[in-house]
Amino acid sequence: MNIDNEKKLQVSAIKDGTVIDRIPPLSLFKVIEILGLDHTGNQITFGTNLDSKHLGKKAIIKIADSFFEDEDINRIALFAPDAKFNIIKNYEVIEKRQVAIPEHISGIAKCFNPKCITNHQNVKTRFTTKKGKEGISLVCHYCEKITQTKNLQIISKS
Amino acid sequence: MPKSLISIHDLSKEEIVHILDLAAQFEQSPSPALLNDKVIATIFFEPSTRTRLSFETAGNRLGARVIGFSDVGNTSVTKGESLKDTIKMVSHYADLIVIRHPLEGSARWASEVSSVPVVNAGDGANQHPSQTLLDLYSIRKTQQHLDNLQLTMVGDLKYGRTVHSLLQAMSLFNAHFTFVAPPELVLPTEYKHFLHQKNLDFIESCDLLPHIPKSDILYMTRVQAERFPDPIEYEKVKNSYSLTAFMLQQCKPNMKILHPLPRVNEIADDVDNTPQAYYFDQARNGVYTRMAIITYLLDQTK
Ligand SMILES: [Zn+2]
Repeated sequence: MNIDNEKKLQVSAIKDGTVIDRIPPLSLFKVIEILGLDHTGNQITFGTNLDSKHLGKKAIIKIADSFFEDEDINRIALFAPDAKFNIIKNYEVIEKRQVAIPEHISGIAKCFNPKCITNHQNVKTRFTTKKGKEGISLVCHYCEKITQTKNLQIISKS
Repeated sequence: MPKSLISIHDLSKEEIVHILDLAAQFEQSPSPALLNDKVIATIFFEPSTRTRLSFETAGNRLGARVIGFSDVGNTSVTKGESLKDTIKMVSHYADLIVIRHPLEGSARWASEVSSVPVVNAGDGANQHPSQTLLDLYSIRKTQQHLDNLQLTMVGDLKYGRTVHSLLQAMSLFNAHFTFVAPPELVLPTEYKHFLHQKNLDFIESCDLLPHIPKSDILYMTRVQAERFPDPIEYEKVKNSYSLTAFMLQQCKPNMKILHPLPRVNEIADDVDNTPQAYYFDQARNGVYTRMAIITYLLDQTK
């Protein structure tokens, strides 16, 4: 079996749907949570700690009969900035989409500041993203405090 | 959405100068009946007599009527009403809302659900923009301008929100900063990054006296005992950041001392009678500045 075939098998094992590639293994379950995959009835398979040229190790998720909006794709940017969405139709990859870090995000993450209004009342969180030495950080639109990626807590998609 | 004042970042340099110009006009004629047909609500979810009286005086001097509460003990708020519902209700009664609330970001949220302008009179440790504008007004009034000034900030530079907002505002006017604080209360790195990005120079020191002669403005803040885990540490530093008249011998004639009051022991009583003491006048300037903020926002909303 040549490399091309092997590759094809890895990503094309579903007939129609989406394969999310290049997820850092430690972010796998966060990505599942953010995309609400733990609530879906669709067939899902995932693999983790697979060899990756880019990341060393990576995780992959395959979701049958499911396609994502750009907004959903960008929701996972904080945890899987290198992720690729492969859109599969009839066993063929018909489109590849790259995650982009959105300038503003809302309703995905919790503000780290315990005195922030969003942690006390029914207020949807809003942040501006900021790239720094330690990865991406979020500046709260309300309390103006910074939440680092390492302190990020996710609000599940309902 | 009507124009609100939530954070000092909401204002451009031009808007700041415009509001200060308006405040100067109100200082010339402090009781213009400009807002006879307006109602202003001051809703204070935590007490702050000083700030509330200043806003209510400003509203009354403009001829508006003032409604509100300053004690949530007897209101529906304690029965669990959300801030959103309170604001929705009040914005049907009043033409402008002044809010103080212990939660950070509460004023921003209020401005997003309100149909009338909102002024933030303090949201926890976050922002208090009318205080910053009155500081700027006091600085400009005593120095005749705001550009290229030597600003020495003293005391609690870690938690003091007035310090953080003022340094951000003064960075628009190319200020030269000196930060004097005990090691426990130095300026957080994010503000140093901010100044680096703006290419502004600053000095950090734990010794006040050597920096007095060059200063145009000495901005004193409270060093509170509860900021120190060890009371002995507080006792050691509390007097090294208190100012006495004796220390002012070498100061510039134009130098003024500001303090966002109330003071504890950062400024000795013998400083009160020196030409440098400006902290009591600063409080009066607060009324003119708040008159300017109210008229500016209502003007933008017409
Ligand atoms: Zn926040």
